[in-house]
Amino acid sequence: MCGICGCGQPEQKHSHHHDHHHEHSHNHDDSERLIKVEQDLLSKNNAYAEQNRAYFKKNNIFTLNLVSSPGAGKTTLLVETINALKDQLAIAVIEGDQQTEHDADRIRATGIPALQINTGRACHLDAHGIGHAVMELDVKPNSFLAIENVGNLVCPSSFDLGEAHKVVVLSVTEGDDKPLKYPDMFYAADLMLLNKIDLLPYVDFDVERCIKYAKQVNPDIEIIQLSATKGSQLSDWTDWLKAQLKTQP
Amino acid sequence: MHEISLLENVREILLEHAQSQHFNQVKKITLEIGALSCVEPDALRFGFDVVMKDSLAENAELFLTEVAGMGICDLCDKQVSMETLHDPCIACGHPFVTVTQGYEMKIKDLIVI
Repeated sequence: MCGICGCGQPEQKHSHHHDHHHEHSHNHDDSERLIKVEQDLLSKNNAYAEQNRAYFKKNNIFTLNLVSSPGAGKTTLLVETINALKDQLAIAVIEGDQQTEHDADRIRATGIPALQINTGRACHLDAHGIGHAVMELDVKPNSFLAIENVGNLVCPSSFDLGEAHKVVVLSVTEGDDKPLKYPDMFYAADLMLLNKIDLLPYVDFDVERCIKYAKQVNPDIEIIQLSATKGSQLSDWTDWLKAQLKTQP
Repeated sequence: MHEISLLENVREILLEHAQSQHFNQVKKITLEIGALSCVEPDALRFGFDVVMKDSLAENAELFLTEVAGMGICDLCDKQVSMETLHDPCIACGHPFVTVTQGYEMKIKDLIVI
């Protein structure tokens, strides 16, 4: 039995859809009637997200939802972050990809527990799947949980997973106008990590323009520039992370 | 195509209402979609029949109403219309406008039997 949603299905990957019809034996008036619903399309997901958030708060688990387009360097960033912090705090990782265990394998190689969710045809992680993954992974209290979402700058922006913050990773090889092209994600994120800055001499990427565009979409977004592979300014990010962990209620 | 996931959420919500409000079939469903939400109405229409097949909303009519994007300018405090999340204020040109309407996507009402 699932400890979070009570859906009775222990496995982390299932659709939770009830395809059977519910027949009612009540007396029905066969005439048409109007029912006011006024309910958010995402209300199911949001309810699961709030359950996750309550669980994280109760167990003092600081959770980030990492989002980006494919190839922005999320997994490399996580591996380097883990290597920098694993002696100081407990870390766990949930990996989301359409297929393969590759990313979870890379995380496990650092000695950190990781669970891979294969979303199949879905282009994002959802809060229900995260609830099950947290149970299966047995995420320890007083820890940092990183959720690496499916590489996609559109769909994951809508799905609250119960995280403290969405962190959007943008690499300088992608183009400085991504915040304007995919505004939903930059609007939803609290922090933008501008990655692969070691490649700036070789690409036509205007950092100032990119920051201007990101602030245009989201005036409150924080921005850290770094290179995960070369380690440049990685400490700006790990310091941010440690400061967040300290200020957790 | 997160519209499919959204429609699957809709299907679950319909089932809950069918149980609590005792109906067997949905004839028409009206969704309100904000102009600034990341939902593509055509993709919703495209996925609707597929997702609702074999459910109590099979063959239901899907009606979409768009809610215009509105915001309050962070500088001149005027209420202004917005077409994208990063539109500057149409009154004073200030780049930052706080969205007040148009980000929603919800099931408004149903016609059921």
